[in-house]
Amino acid sequence: MINIISNHWEELLNGLGWTLLSSILALFFSLIIGSFFAIMEVLPSKTARVIGQIYVEIFRNIPLLVITMFFYLVIPMYVVKINGFTAGTIGLTIYTSAFIAETVRSGIQSIDIGQMEGARSTGMTYWQSMRYIILPQAFKIVIPPLGNQFVNLVKNSSVLAFVAGFDLMYQGNMLASTTFDTINSYLIVGLLYLVITLPMSYYMQHLEKKMA
Amino acid sequence: MQNFIDAYSFINLRFLLMGLGVTVFISVVSVILSFILGSILGIIRYTEIKYLSKIVGFIIDIMRNLPLLLIIFFTYFGLPNLGFKPDTIPAAILAMTVFESAMIAEIVRSGILAVPKGQMEGSRSTGMTYLQAMWYIILPQAYKKMIPAIVSQFISLIKDTSLATIIVVPELMQHAQIIYGQNANFIIPMFVAMSVMYFVVCYGLSLLSKGINRRIKA
Repeated sequence: MINIISNHWEELLNGLGWTLLSSILALFFSLIIGSFFAIMEVLPSKTARVIGQIYVEIFRNIPLLVITMFFYLVIPMYVVKINGFTAGTIGLTIYTSAFIAETVRSGIQSIDIGQMEGARSTGMTYWQSMRYIILPQAFKIVIPPLGNQFVNLVKNSSVLAFVAGFDLMYQGNMLASTTFDTINSYLIVGLLYLVITLPMSYYMQHLEKKMA
Repeated sequence: MQNFIDAYSFINLRFLLMGLGVTVFISVVSVILSFILGSILGIIRYTEIKYLSKIVGFIIDIMRNLPLLLIIFFTYFGLPNLGFKPDTIPAAILAMTVFESAMIAEIVRSGILAVPKGQMEGSRSTGMTYLQAMWYIILPQAYKKMIPAIVSQFISLIKDTSLATIIVVPELMQHAQIIYGQNANFIIPMFVAMSVMYFVVCYGLSLLSKGINRRIKA
């Protein structure tokens, strides 16, 4: 095990870097897209709500791998050439944004309706009350579930290995097939994943307890 | 358009449906196994037995925080080095069960925690043993509360079986890949068909879970 680490630490750290980069990029973009669809789902307009729901239900119910492979195979063939890392990150973003939309929507709906009524009665427009009164409170509530989404995102980013995304899982496979020491290679990769995910999910549990 | 008509020939559709069958089979077997194992682990973690609960809890946390793909790789490529070589489908079921048991254990534990403490105290004071109280009083109430969480776990399990395509399990994704591997024009039709199949199964289950939930509450 120590042998593998001392000979291949560069690849492993590289993989960890790509994994983190892809997770952070996907988190950032899926927060934006997810919040957008979450707000659509609570708008008074029925059309907006239906569009929001369709987006969420479609991408929540299709496997991440299918979405990722679609971007890896189909988009380069017909639209624009993208590499595995980009395709993987786009897939992750779209998949996660559906889950984030659900989380944010339930956050918005858990805010007492009186908040909106109160804000409106002081003369704010719908968008102003959303922006200054409802969303700040909603985002506070959804911080722990969003943290859990990030943990899921780090785990899910392992699909990048399917599309040659140079992430941790990909490097782990390379190690396993070059050193033939599959057990230790995968153990090291597992430890590296845990270094990110375990503290994060313990911290989120702690936050949840503190807020409850 | 012609691509779609060619791609959805009877043979191809039957081949895809066979893949869907394997997907459903793996998911159902894994969910049953991990329901049993997860319940046991969840109860152990909840009961606070000296050392044992802490150790079980730590193992659950580790499994929950690892990528499923890594566990699949480890089962299929790692275990043979330890002298145990499972076939593809058993390897997929084993990996899924290990991962899902940890997930379900947490659901079970939080389900039990959601049952008011007075229920346990009340049944203990009527002379029931701890296990009797657990079995007859606490668990039935806890499982009722858990149904939505367990169904959504099952849905993500069905989606996750697509990862098993990497160890060449003949499931839906794998079969779709075989078909479009023969003819690149079939790529889009296959992605559409595959997505529709996954969607119908997963969305159907989530509707079912909503229905059950409404029934229980009413």
